[in-house]
Amino acid sequence: MEVFRQGYEEFAHIPSVEVKDISGCGLAGIINTDGSLVGGAKIADAIQIMHDRGNGLGAGFAAYGIYPEFKDFYALHLMYDDEKAREETEEILEKRVTIEQRGGIPTRHIGRKRPFFFVYFVKPRAQKSIVEAEEYGEEKKDEFIVRMCMKINRGVKGSFVISSGKNMGVFKGIGFPEEIANLFRIDEYEAFCWTAHNRFPTNTPGWWGGAHPFCLLDWTVVHNGEISSYGTNKRYLEMYGYRCTQLTDTEVIAYLLDLLARRHKLPLEMVAACFAPPLWEEIENMDEDKKQFYQKLRMIYGSCMLNGPFSILVGFKGGLVGLNDRIKLRPLMVGKKEKTWYMASEEAAVKHICPNPDKIWAPKAGEPVIVRLEKDAYRELYGKSEERI
Amino acid sequence: MKINAHNMYYRDLNKMVRKAIKKGEKEIVLDNVCGQYYIGDGLTRKDVKIIINGVPGNDMGAFMNGPIIIVNDDAQDAIGNTMNGGKIVVYGNVGDVLGYSMRGGVIYVKGNAGYRTCIHMKEYKGMHPTVVIGGCTGAFAGEYMAGGTLIILGIDCNPLTGYYLGTGIHGGRIFLRGQIDKKLLSRDVKTVEPDMKDKRAIENQVREFCKLFNYEYDDIMKPGFVKIVPASKRPYAHLYISGP
Repeated sequence: MEVFRQGYEEFAHIPSVEVKDISGCGLAGIINTDGSLVGGAKIADAIQIMHDRGNGLGAGFAAYGIYPEFKDFYALHLMYDDEKAREETEEILEKRVTIEQRGGIPTRHIGRKRPFFFVYFVKPRAQKSIVEAEEYGEEKKDEFIVRMCMKINRGVKGSFVISSGKNMGVFKGIGFPEEIANLFRIDEYEAFCWTAHNRFPTNTPGWWGGAHPFCLLDWTVVHNGEISSYGTNKRYLEMYGYRCTQLTDTEVIAYLLDLLARRHKLPLEMVAACFAPPLWEEIENMDEDKKQFYQKLRMIYGSCMLNGPFSILVGFKGGLVGLNDRIKLRPLMVGKKEKTWYMASEEAAVKHICPNPDKIWAPKAGEPVIVRLEKDAYRELYGKSEERI
Repeated sequence: MKINAHNMYYRDLNKMVRKAIKKGEKEIVLDNVCGQYYIGDGLTRKDVKIIINGVPGNDMGAFMNGPIIIVNDDAQDAIGNTMNGGKIVVYGNVGDVLGYSMRGGVIYVKGNAGYRTCIHMKEYKGMHPTVVIGGCTGAFAGEYMAGGTLIILGIDCNPLTGYYLGTGIHGGRIFLRGQIDKKLLSRDVKTVEPDMKDKRAIENQVREFCKLFNYEYDDIMKPGFVKIVPASKRPYAHLYISGP
């Protein structure tokens, strides 16, 4: 843990977990491939049955499709420690983006000290004229938002962007899943895709920003395990302008996804192969074509490999991905019933919300399960066709 | 007696089970089980039978030393963890690390098992754990195994195990039905023919398996078995320092 704290002296106020204990975070995810919406109570139920996989030091939810009336705007979820942080952040926002609408994120009273949360629906704009902003391609707009998020997370004390995608949002904090679900009124949202996390921090501090999901643009990650390659991954990301500020390993996965899938345009299957490549011994046994492919991937993207135990659920605008580390040191179950897919750390969590799935299985180590929205559903949700990733 | 475990916290459920056993119940049926951890842990009465309808949670039957547990569904991870005695029968699939550090008793699984089945299983004098898997196992089956018997039948699946079978194994034996692709074996094992004593042990276990899950004994026995044993008693003797 100390290693993570070096160079982050300004975060000295963040409470830390002093005692190491057995780990066992819990994950859950649901997606309707036809784009139909499911209420938040369902995902809260699924994660809550794995209550004891966490220890009350973090929980969170990612929801896709919750802001249809603002689907053309980036929905920035901001977490503020105090009023000063909000003022400073809004100053940056007002200078850089057009804010279509802003407001407090609806919450219920939980009777303890906590940060406060705002949502801003924004569009990037050029520094001086709106005309210039109109000329920005979609890609550049994404880049603009990424850079601004990094600037706020790094530069404004007590202020963190916890989600920054379109028509989606992340809700997270310290507490058990049922507490966080209650705080953010998760039951009142409807989404076509949900992920949820129940945290048991082992190596890094349990604080509000350190709860999962981690998000950049519309990429979200919930993770069970630990990324022992954090240092390598972080240094690699820094070369591309990403700054790790959340004091925990999972953060790098969200940024690597953005780098590999959005900027380098790798298909998700290949991103998964970068994260959890086959062992050299297995590569040795492959056909020549395949062998060369994996050798090259390891050479080019060796620094993107995630070492250590993990199971992750990745939410993105077009679907949901489940992935295990290459020797499967963490659990992951996938269930399917008609057009709904379920993913969770435990079979019980799937069967709790879907008692009779058409099928249910444990994906193999390093073998991604990629579930995509149907074409029509994508168009309906985002107002345009999918750029396949 | 019957207990409805619907939405019950695992501690409350396990307390009820213990209380029932203390009162002299011999057969306890748990309905609507969904993810409750530690069912049957540390129980010692040999004449007790627990029947589970639903998916029991992790570490079922851990440290158990006597009872019979029957699961009429899938089971999760670490079933039979450090189990000492008794019997577990699972009619579905099981998760990872089945029979982790198991020291005695038997486990029968009709379906597939996850990764690291029987990791660190051991035997000593009269204590001899046995695990029979009807389907296939994931990679690293029999990892660091120090004793006991693992039988993988691979019914209707191919291959019947994942990569790295028997990594770090230094005791015990694994029987695989039919043939095995050498690529799946770790460097710490060797393949031998089962001897008469092995054959008798396999026959006994397969007979019991067929009775439990309603298979034709002759069909199952037909392809024959290969035996996997440790190549060395100390696979890591020279890992860090050169020695004798």
